[in-house]
Amino acid sequence: MPITSDFEYARPKTLAEACEMLARAGRGAQVLAGGTDLVGWMRDEMVAPTLLVDIKRIPGLADVFVRGDCLVVGALITFTRLLECVVVREHFPLVREMAGTMASVGIRNRATLAGNICSAVPSCDGGPVLLAYEARVGVHGPAGAREVPITEWFQGPRKTALLPGEIVTEIAIPLPSGAHGGCYVKLGRYRGEDLAQASVAVLALPERRYRVAFGAVAPTPVRARRLEALMNGRVLDDALIGEARRLIPEETAPITDIRASREYRAHMLGVMFDRGVRAAVARLSGGGPAHGTALI
Amino acid sequence: MKHPITLNVNGEEWELDVESGETLLDVLRTRVGVKSPKIGCERGDCGSCTALLDGKTVRSCLILAVEADGHSVITVEGLSKNGPTELQKSFVAANAFQCGFCAPGTILAASELLAKNPHPTREEVQEAISGNLCRCTGYVAIIDAVLEVSRRAGAGALDAKGKERGDA
Repeated sequence: MPITSDFEYARPKTLAEACEMLARAGRGAQVLAGGTDLVGWMRDEMVAPTLLVDIKRIPGLADVFVRGDCLVVGALITFTRLLECVVVREHFPLVREMAGTMASVGIRNRATLAGNICSAVPSCDGGPVLLAYEARVGVHGPAGAREVPITEWFQGPRKTALLPGEIVTEIAIPLPSGAHGGCYVKLGRYRGEDLAQASVAVLALPERRYRVAFGAVAPTPVRARRLEALMNGRVLDDALIGEARRLIPEETAPITDIRASREYRAHMLGVMFDRGVRAAVARLSGGGPAHGTALI
Repeated sequence: MKHPITLNVNGEEWELDVESGETLLDVLRTRVGVKSPKIGCERGDCGSCTALLDGKTVRSCLILAVEADGHSVITVEGLSKNGPTELQKSFVAANAFQCGFCAPGTILAASELLAKNPHPTREEVQEAISGNLCRCTGYVAIIDAVLEVSRRAGAGALDAKGKERGDA
């Protein structure tokens, strides 16, 4: 059945035109890209924008390319495009592993990485991985272009640092210098299509440096700095993993909802971190389970 | 607010005036009269509204009709214009559906997979159809049907309308 709320639809041809439309319409305006979240929310009457600004025909937003040491993911790049991208496959295996767990093919063909972090639900798959890579979100608005570090992007459930009138144009993902091993572990109610009940992204870098981020266990995806501070410079062994696991409750605040209880999330997070960090370190030295292998 | 759009559905050009709030699924079923995409969950979870948009499977319940302006849509009706495809015959032979509600979406998802990857593993088939819920079969017969057609035929015998654009 059609969406019942009354709204206008516009399809600007340039970024400037889109920003102008957003500014004019004020808080009632919403940017539309893949729409896999937004259209569903509109049908459920969770949101009722008065204007949808469809950015899909704006040139320059549908490219994925390398700029300097960054992978630049345009705002219109879908999860399917990420999975097909040769640079992603060869240099950003963690992005690829994450993209393969996001929903199903029919959603991945349409949903964009930029939209994923703009929806900013606590369980978004893009969040933990982009936190681990220390990505930057490129936005364009009335005051021109600016970059937002991903650490400042997520402000709360469905809240981001995007200001009124601004549009995400790209996500820049820096390639860690030297080799890196990564692992994304996602827990769902079943294998296949589901939102994360909990998720863990780990990057293992040379000289025993680690980056860890969690999803679906706090109001936003979170970077686990305390775990990293404990682990950096130390050899990963059972004792260190045990110590790090004990710090997880300090970094997270899981809740009970329809998909899992607080206790279950907290317990599984420890198990997932354990397996994910071991896999990331093993992959750094060329071993470990193949990417995409279910670890949970 | 009405928007004039053009939509190519199964090879036919349609010119339609659509409301902002009409979804592609609404328009396909009620205006164009193509009934294979089904109204299921209407939130992108069940896959029964699947259609091929420019060759890729999408959730037609989560796309506004006006967004599809100028694009082409293929449904099972278009896939089987010249009679059932090998995949559809394989579904029949394997008893791969009972009520049939999920079948159009599942067939499109499997067609897209086989066009990309003519000889998938069992796990790859499971992954490809994981967004298409079936409450009758338990999936085993569906997966068998896809694997069987992949075994019997080369990629050439399959309908390749869902062919990739060769993106980097």
